Amino acid sequence: MVNLFRSFFKSSLALPLMALFVLLMFNAFFVDDFFKIEVMENGNLYGRPVDILYRASSLIILSLGMTFVIATGGIDISVGAVVAISSATCCVLLGGDISGIPAHPFFVAILCSLGVGILAGIWNGTLVAKFKIQAMVATLILMTAGRGIAQLMTDGQIITVYYKPFAYIGGNIPGVMLPTAMLIAIVMVALVIFIDRKTSIGLMIQSVGINATAARYAGIKVTAVLFAVYIFSGFCAGCAGLIEGSLIRAADANNAGLNMEMDAILAVTLGGTLMVGGRYYIGGTIIGAITIQTLTTTMYAVGVSSDRLPAVKAIVILMIIVIQSEKFKQMYQDFKAKRLNHDAHKEAENA
Amino acid sequence: MSDCEDYILQMRHIDMFFPAVKALKDVSFNLKKGEIISLMGENGAGKSTLVKVLTGVYHKTNGEIIFDGNKIEPTTPLASQKMGISTVYQEVNLCANLSVAENIYIGREPRNSIGGIDWPTMQKNASKLLFDSLGIDIDVTKELNFYPVAMQQMIAIARAIDTKCKILILDEPTSSLSDAETQRLFKIMRSLKEQGISIIFISHFLEQIYTICDRITILRDGSYIGEYEIENLPKIELISKMMGKEVKDGEIESDVEKSKPRANNYIETSHVTVPGKVKDLTLDIKEGEVVGFAGLLGSGRSEIAETLFGTMLKSSGDIYVEGVKVSIKSPMDMMKHKVAFCPEDRKVQGIIGDLSVRENIILALQAKMGMFSHISRARQNKLADYYIDLLRIKVSDREQLIKNLSGGNQQKVIIARWLATQPSLLILDEPTRGIDVGTKTEIENLAVTLAKEKGMSVVFISGEMGEMVRTCSRVMVIRDHVKVTELNDDEISTAHIMQAIAGDYHGKSV
Repeated sequence: MVNLFRSFFKSSLALPLMALFVLLMFNAFFVDDFFKIEVMENGNLYGRPVDILYRASSLIILSLGMTFVIATGGIDISVGAVVAISSATCCVLLGGDISGIPAHPFFVAILCSLGVGILAGIWNGTLVAKFKIQAMVATLILMTAGRGIAQLMTDGQIITVYYKPFAYIGGNIPGVMLPTAMLIAIVMVALVIFIDRKTSIGLMIQSVGINATAARYAGIKVTAVLFAVYIFSGFCAGCAGLIEGSLIRAADANNAGLNMEMDAILAVTLGGTLMVGGRYYIGGTIIGAITIQTLTTTMYAVGVSSDRLPAVKAIVILMIIVIQSEKFKQMYQDFKAKRLNHDAHKEAENA
Repeated sequence: MSDCEDYILQMRHIDMFFPAVKALKDVSFNLKKGEIISLMGENGAGKSTLVKVLTGVYHKTNGEIIFDGNKIEPTTPLASQKMGISTVYQEVNLCANLSVAENIYIGREPRNSIGGIDWPTMQKNASKLLFDSLGIDIDVTKELNFYPVAMQQMIAIARAIDTKCKILILDEPTSSLSDAETQRLFKIMRSLKEQGISIIFISHFLEQIYTICDRITILRDGSYIGEYEIENLPKIELISKMMGKEVKDGEIESDVEKSKPRANNYIETSHVTVPGKVKDLTLDIKEGEVVGFAGLLGSGRSEIAETLFGTMLKSSGDIYVEGVKVSIKSPMDMMKHKVAFCPEDRKVQGIIGDLSVRENIILALQAKMGMFSHISRARQNKLADYYIDLLRIKVSDREQLIKNLSGGNQQKVIIARWLATQPSLLILDEPTRGIDVGTKTEIENLAVTLAKEKGMSVVFISGEMGEMVRTCSRVMVIRDHVKVTELNDDEISTAHIMQAIAGDYHGKSV
């Protein structure tokens, strides 16, 4: 048991999990009925934990893609804008007909939204892998242009979709207990875990992130690996775009996925993956994303108004990141060593 | 001390410490007025460090510098430039998108009456300077990158000598120049010399040094070896001094049983050229043969290896594997033809530091199999354990991070990585650099054993002649990117290899 405890604390997941745990404890004390989950009349699950996972779904999906990108030493700051494009694509294809009759079949709209995400990934991948443009700069282009593209698609209007099944993605499919977004997130997580375990893509990604030159000398096609991670990130943004669009049943080019890229990057770093690339932690990323959402939900629950939320969020995240930093760990170790020394001295004196 | 008057520069007893490393140990350097001197030594001998101490990039720990009769303490490159010490680096460090005139006068532009830049004067001066000092007549209003690299180099020199320079340091100026351009540079150097400017010329090209220089100062491992008049120092002695090995005539080192090459060639090249790296290379390597590439650092020996592996792509010529012509676009193409390559720079090109020993071992095999044919964890463990055992790699366990191993063990892991791909041609580029003697011998023996028992072709590249003498059945000598000669069996000795590098050995039998 003690060993289990020790190996838990040494594992990479320990700190992210503890951060989440502290947040949940806070909730348990200060928010009434925080852990209460009930089944609603229509058969859906309801409760704060479900709500958190549900709201965190699109962030989890985005962060999965972001994890691989960051592991190669890159970054993709265009995902928020791609969410906007993807949700606009779906809404435009379904059309704003008030009768609820879609202009194009639903599956066509879904495939096109995902396709647009992949297209965005190909664009980023080409710039980063082929033209060797710094990832931050390369993805900045789509970050700024993306919302413009979404605006063009929607003609600057907020298109509201009345087609009922569209709402199922962001809500519940009738008769299913869990929100669809959560199911999609679960499928994506499973997919990523499968890729991680059953292929060696993970090894290639980490090799490129740690030492791209040596990776090339070992025969790894660095360009192909970089290309792949940006495409996957684009695909994830496409997925998240569907969910975000469906949540409000409309294409809002200005606000859909706004600042989500920052939350995704934060989720990845909270999860323990370093921005310089290399080792990545899928589990950590997921916990990171959930932590961010828990924080938001907690703040609302204790009555922090939405305009003050970012400030509070920033403080909490600052604390988590400082505690996780190598320097802090080092300081803690030194402190512990000093105390041990001190105790030993005292004992010697007493004896 | 009438001698003293002739010297424009004397550096005496210079010590220079980097954290934990002594980069220069009691080095002296003397430069006369109006002479061209070469600073020689292998990479890491301290040439650049000494130059950087002189130009104020680094600060010496001990010693004194006397320049033009006064004791000086160079603090910054700008300060030493103002005193009259100018440097032209290997890579042209001008601004490619500014005009030639701007590049020459950047930071000291002529001003007009209201304090703005006086463009007409600046352009006139620039044209005049280039024509008067170097005999170059070009449009100075054009952007710098309009002109070829050779011209850019000339412009850099013009800029250097216009700042009232007394000492001009040329750091590998000819590495990107053609023969004709080099001749032109030499002409300019001679005319500068006549104007009383002293030149420190650093180059890897022996021929050029013997053409242009008056004297040579040799450094080795940060220590001062000596100062020589060029006519009193045959090339062979220069090389032996640079490497720190005495050359005894006729010495042939004792043989450990070498591998006997088999009849058929595994790989052949015909007239392969990589611009600026490899010139017209024709070679063949037999199955079961250990071939050495000998040459000074920068001679092109590693570049040949990289060309065979596909990390460097040829512009012309053909490569054949087992008699079949192959096309190479990436290392993977050569890996499929069972070529393996342990690169020279272990830290940068070899290890993936934050991955475990296991992951580092299976990496090339996994890359070769493709990312979707995942090697199961059980098989990875088996492979890793097999090679850890076979090569006696010292690790706490196979999950230890490779960056925490010693250099020798890291090297063994990289060799294991390539043995796991079951190669037919194994290229080892400086496999024993910076590792302990015991491991060195192990790696040498491994190279021979692989060739003998598995019929593997092995290319062994090393700066240590002795190593090649012990392991190779044939040694190809590379000089200035050209394969100049081959030594076989009994011919292979430290003395012969060094003579061949210097161009004094033309084979036992004519």
